[in-house]
Amino acid sequence: MEIPESVKKRLTLPAEEHFYAGHTACQGCGASLGLRYVLKAYGRKTIVVIPACCSTIIAGAWPYNTLDANLFHTAFETTGAVMSGIEAALKAMGYKVKGEDGVMVVGWAGDGGTADIGLQALSGFLERGHDAVYIMYDNEAYMNTGIQRSGSTPYGAWTTNTPGGKRHFLEKRHKKKVIDIVIAHEVPYAATASVAYPEDFIRKLRKAKEIPGPSFIQLFSPCPTGWRSPTDKSIEIARLAVQTAYFPLFEYENGKYRINMPSTRKEPKPIEEFLKLQGRFKYMTKEDVEILQRWVNHEWEKLKKLAGVFG
Amino acid sequence: MVEYKPIRKVVSGNYAAAYAVKHARVQVVAAYPITPQTSIIEKIAEFIANGETDIQYVPVESEHSAMAATIGASATGARAFTATAAQGLALMHEMLHWASGARLPIVMVDVNRAMAPPWSVWDDQTDSLAQRDTGWMQFYAENNQEVYDGVLMAFKVAETVNVPVMVVESAFILSHTYDVVEMIPQELVDEFLPPRKPLYTLTDFDNPISVGALATPADYYEFRYKLAKAHEDAKKVIKEVGKEFGERFGRDYSDMIEKGHVDDADFVFMGLGSLMGTVKEAVDLLRSEGYKVGYAKVRWFRPFPREELLEIAEKVKGIAVLDRNFSFGQEGILFNEAKGALYGTGARPIMKNYIVGLGGRDFTVRDVRAIAENMKEIIESGKLDREVEWFHLKR
Repeated sequence: MEIPESVKKRLTLPAEEHFYAGHTACQGCGASLGLRYVLKAYGRKTIVVIPACCSTIIAGAWPYNTLDANLFHTAFETTGAVMSGIEAALKAMGYKVKGEDGVMVVGWAGDGGTADIGLQALSGFLERGHDAVYIMYDNEAYMNTGIQRSGSTPYGAWTTNTPGGKRHFLEKRHKKKVIDIVIAHEVPYAATASVAYPEDFIRKLRKAKEIPGPSFIQLFSPCPTGWRSPTDKSIEIARLAVQTAYFPLFEYENGKYRINMPSTRKEPKPIEEFLKLQGRFKYMTKEDVEILQRWVNHEWEKLKKLAGVFG
Repeated sequence: MVEYKPIRKVVSGNYAAAYAVKHARVQVVAAYPITPQTSIIEKIAEFIANGETDIQYVPVESEHSAMAATIGASATGARAFTATAAQGLALMHEMLHWASGARLPIVMVDVNRAMAPPWSVWDDQTDSLAQRDTGWMQFYAENNQEVYDGVLMAFKVAETVNVPVMVVESAFILSHTYDVVEMIPQELVDEFLPPRKPLYTLTDFDNPISVGALATPADYYEFRYKLAKAHEDAKKVIKEVGKEFGERFGRDYSDMIEKGHVDDADFVFMGLGSLMGTVKEAVDLLRSEGYKVGYAKVRWFRPFPREELLEIAEKVKGIAVLDRNFSFGQEGILFNEAKGALYGTGARPIMKNYIVGLGGRDFTVRDVRAIAENMKEIIESGKLDREVEWFHLKR
């Protein structure tokens, strides 16, 4: 459907659409929104690499393709390595990669494929300095295999292999700070983003394209199926993750940290606001909530200090 | 056509591979160091440093990523190469399936090295033969010349049928041993091997494609059949490319099994790779002493040359299969393959499996003579003493 020019002018997101309707994501899926925004930002001159994850399914079974862009499906742990090979080939074949009118090589991997099994390939990709963008869509567990904990699952969460029960066997490790590991590679550009703030995400995607070298974006991406949350609350939950400082929005650019709106707007809300909409947190005791709150406070203070010292 | 005047260089098997990669105008190399492969990628890096080639070189952080990056490069449309050995090849295993399933014409050199533990860096074919079912074609080089020729032919065959090829050479016996190799002037390599023309690339931005998407039970089966058929079709392509190579450069590779004295032999030695060089030397000696022996050097293990094997089996009374490898719980891998290929054919030669040279144990002309004496007795008596013999076992 053609969007009238008068409407286009008022849009805060690109009107162009390269993510077809009819895909197979669950209702309220954050990943499908995120991928749609990625393609809005980058358009067709893009090669997307997708490892084993929900997006393998969302992109469609053969012969369908939800993406109106070239797509290479690959094995779970290989996103960073395949991106490196594609970027090298593009350069060998004489293409401009990244930057204005350059070809965009985009890795689109889940948190399990990034924080756990794909961490080595990600590290290699970052360290070697390839011109490409790696996006970790973070739904905080192995959702495609049916909700198992990953390194990115938060403290206190129920998953199918941290099922609670009599022995209160819930996730007892805090969320792995993948972005801190990425920043330790001194990449030119790394950022967090959220599907609840698409303008911020698209701005970051564009910046990730402009800046030479490897870029990384960790996208907070609700999963109603795995989070046991209402399908119409995904955006609200994602917004609360930012407002409680559980998942603050920030950028790391050439050695400098910058906390982004709306994370800078006011004091964080209590973590309960974020937890209460999600069934996955319903087994947490009062003490568990306090432990998680202390972690959130600690990480938030750390980020503010980093932004103060290296801002 | 420019007249062919070979350039003779004294190089190791690994350097022969590196020169072939340069001459094949490979565009992307992604690789990780491992003994005894490393000097291949070192030499390629040296070519780049000297400005002799524009290869994009990706020094990846593991062999798994080496194969993954090579896959990415090949899918994008580039001519891509990597090299490995033993543990590295085993680490790549998952991605070997990916390369063949995605129908990417990658060429890789594997330097045969024994699997650990116990640690060993020496020659043993079990690493590559254990990748038998990954959908890769496998070419075994007898000497440094065949490493060089093999890599050039491998690209042509791979890019014709869209199936990856593993070119296999022996640890140290070839990889680090210097020998004269006749190299082909660049312009003549270019005539033989023009730039890759991929059917699909990831760079047609007006007509986007998806590679490797989920196939349901309604379709997966046909994808497998197409790969199986590509292997069958490859046999004809291998023979044609091998014949063309012979016509252009004087070394004919139209046979998937190189044969010697088969027509008047009572029995032949059959095997893969460098140990067949020793066998050929021994056969000359044995024939001068009156033994009616020959050899069958299996150049291509995948696709398996069953038709050529049958022709040999119909002519001889016995086949001594030499395996520098072992499939535990069964027997030598080439022996197993050869017996299986002959079942139901009418050919019933006496077949005996000699397990030789594992982990780089020396395999000499003297050993071939001992095997010949044993085979002679078996054929004269008509009695097979045992089917599988661990030939070198300390007693």
